[in-house]
Amino acid sequence: MLELNATTLAFFVFAILSLGGALGVVTSSNLIHGALYLILSLFGGAGFFVLLSAPFMAAVQVLVYIGAIAILIIFAVMLTRSMTRMTEVYNRQWWLSALVGTLLLLMLALGVIFPVWGEGGMLPNQPVSNEVATTEALGVAFVSGDQFVLPFEISSLLLTGAMIGAIVLARDTEAS
Amino acid sequence: MNGEAAACVNIVETLSSCLVAGGMAPGLASFIQTLMGVVLVSAFPLVLVIFLIWVERKVAARVQDRVGPNRVGPYGLLQSFADAIKLILKEDIIPAGADRLIFNVAPIIAVLSVLLIWAVIPFSPVHIGADLSIGLLYFVSVSSIGALAIMMAGWASNNKYALLGAFRVVAQLVSYEVPMVVSLLVPVLIVGSLSMQTIVRAQIGMWFIVPGLLSAIIFYISNLAETGRAPFDLIEAESELVAGYNIEYSGMKFGLFMANEFMHAFTVNVLFAVIFLGGWSGPGAEQFPLLGFLYLLAKTALVYVFSLILRATVPRVRIDQMMSFNWKFLVPLSIVNLLVIALLLQVTRALGIAPAPGETDFLANLPQALVLLAGNLVIIAGTLAILRNSGRRERLAEQTVVTSRAIVPVGSGD
Repeated sequence: MLELNATTLAFFVFAILSLGGALGVVTSSNLIHGALYLILSLFGGAGFFVLLSAPFMAAVQVLVYIGAIAILIIFAVMLTRSMTRMTEVYNRQWWLSALVGTLLLLMLALGVIFPVWGEGGMLPNQPVSNEVATTEALGVAFVSGDQFVLPFEISSLLLTGAMIGAIVLARDTEAS
Repeated sequence: MNGEAAACVNIVETLSSCLVAGGMAPGLASFIQTLMGVVLVSAFPLVLVIFLIWVERKVAARVQDRVGPNRVGPYGLLQSFADAIKLILKEDIIPAGADRLIFNVAPIIAVLSVLLIWAVIPFSPVHIGADLSIGLLYFVSVSSIGALAIMMAGWASNNKYALLGAFRVVAQLVSYEVPMVVSLLVPVLIVGSLSMQTIVRAQIGMWFIVPGLLSAIIFYISNLAETGRAPFDLIEAESELVAGYNIEYSGMKFGLFMANEFMHAFTVNVLFAVIFLGGWSGPGAEQFPLLGFLYLLAKTALVYVFSLILRATVPRVRIDQMMSFNWKFLVPLSIVNLLVIALLLQVTRALGIAPAPGETDFLANLPQALVLLAGNLVIIAGTLAILRNSGRRERLAEQTVVTSRAIVPVGSGD
């Protein structure tokens, strides 16, 4: 069933990277190590995008998540000195996060199982789509009126709002 | 012989068929071929950096009226080899409180972040590591890993100067990435593609430094900051930081950081030549790809030597000056530039003076380039006028402060 070729090998390497990294995030008591494990996990995700012929998504994953968000997380952890040497692994809300995590995992698993192996599902070795979209097509889809222009604009508005909010929060109130 | 020459698609394409003919499994042969390609592409900058250090020291010496390295080998050419051997033989010290794994991995990631860029640099019409459809975005995303390596090095060293230096470097890198990326959007707008080869091919008729003059300048300035070159070399401000994020590194690990710095400085100049100076394009480059390689090196040398002279002559700016220069000047300017160029591009396309895609004729490209250049010049003139006015206002304010200070004691004495 499983063909052993370069793509399969790459898939398993990326799977180990993302799952191992994710495991490292939740088990390491040193928050910096946790953030670095997160980067490893995100890098595995970028690898998956490459395997799925979505190079744009892979590059954006590396640029936004590793190059910006992960560095921001590391910055935040380093600037709050007491957080770099934490000894407790669990906090009081551990059961809540476990519940949410399990529910999310169930939802994702169901979302994969039913379309693929359920009634009228496609065969596992059948490609989802034969069309390989180009970066150009993605760009057009973001701004064309009959596709995703509204979600795109709303999310950019949301990001702008978040940025202004962050500036307002971070501004020195005494100076003004 | 003719058949073999025709089969050569890129540097290493013919290797695998030769290996298979020798009786090797096709899968293994193609793997070895890819590996050889990777080694070749990444070895080039690694070998080059040895000479780059010599070039940099020689240029800096000339600017400062010295001779520079002149003892080891002819013209001191082998000085860098002697330095490299010394670095390799040095004792490798890991500080007691260091986070060993991260401390050791950081220099490797730093070098990796620069070496990976070389995968998408087109050396000639046919010689490129991988002509990705997202080449330019790949460069931006890969070079953002460099900040991570510096952060890891600074934190794992367990030294306050290293950590402070790392904070400063990362703040600088993250800030100057914004104008760099926005200025890169201008050539992308003109070409309509992120692929490096397409970008170079579109410049056969007209180099992008003409229609994208201002974005070329912004790209050049932000690259000086990205690579920590003067006047933005706050990364190594000895008087403030002792040595910066790599203070605890010794031996070859420090050597890797140093090699990374020199390689990065050269790599961004190669990219400048590729994106704004037409890369390998030049007379006869299509027929003789090797000629294209020489053109690329010549164009790179031009901008690289200019950055070396700049480094040797300008003084260092203060950290707050650097930050406000970026956020209050470069970022708004690059955004205005992008908007104006996008508007003018649409105007030229609507008027029908835009060249057809893939047009390689100089005259066909001229009208659009001139319109865009005019737009650039208007922005530059406007910026200079605003700067002049605000500078005059600041000087006037200073003068009134000085005169009022001079007057008040006299008046109060009466």
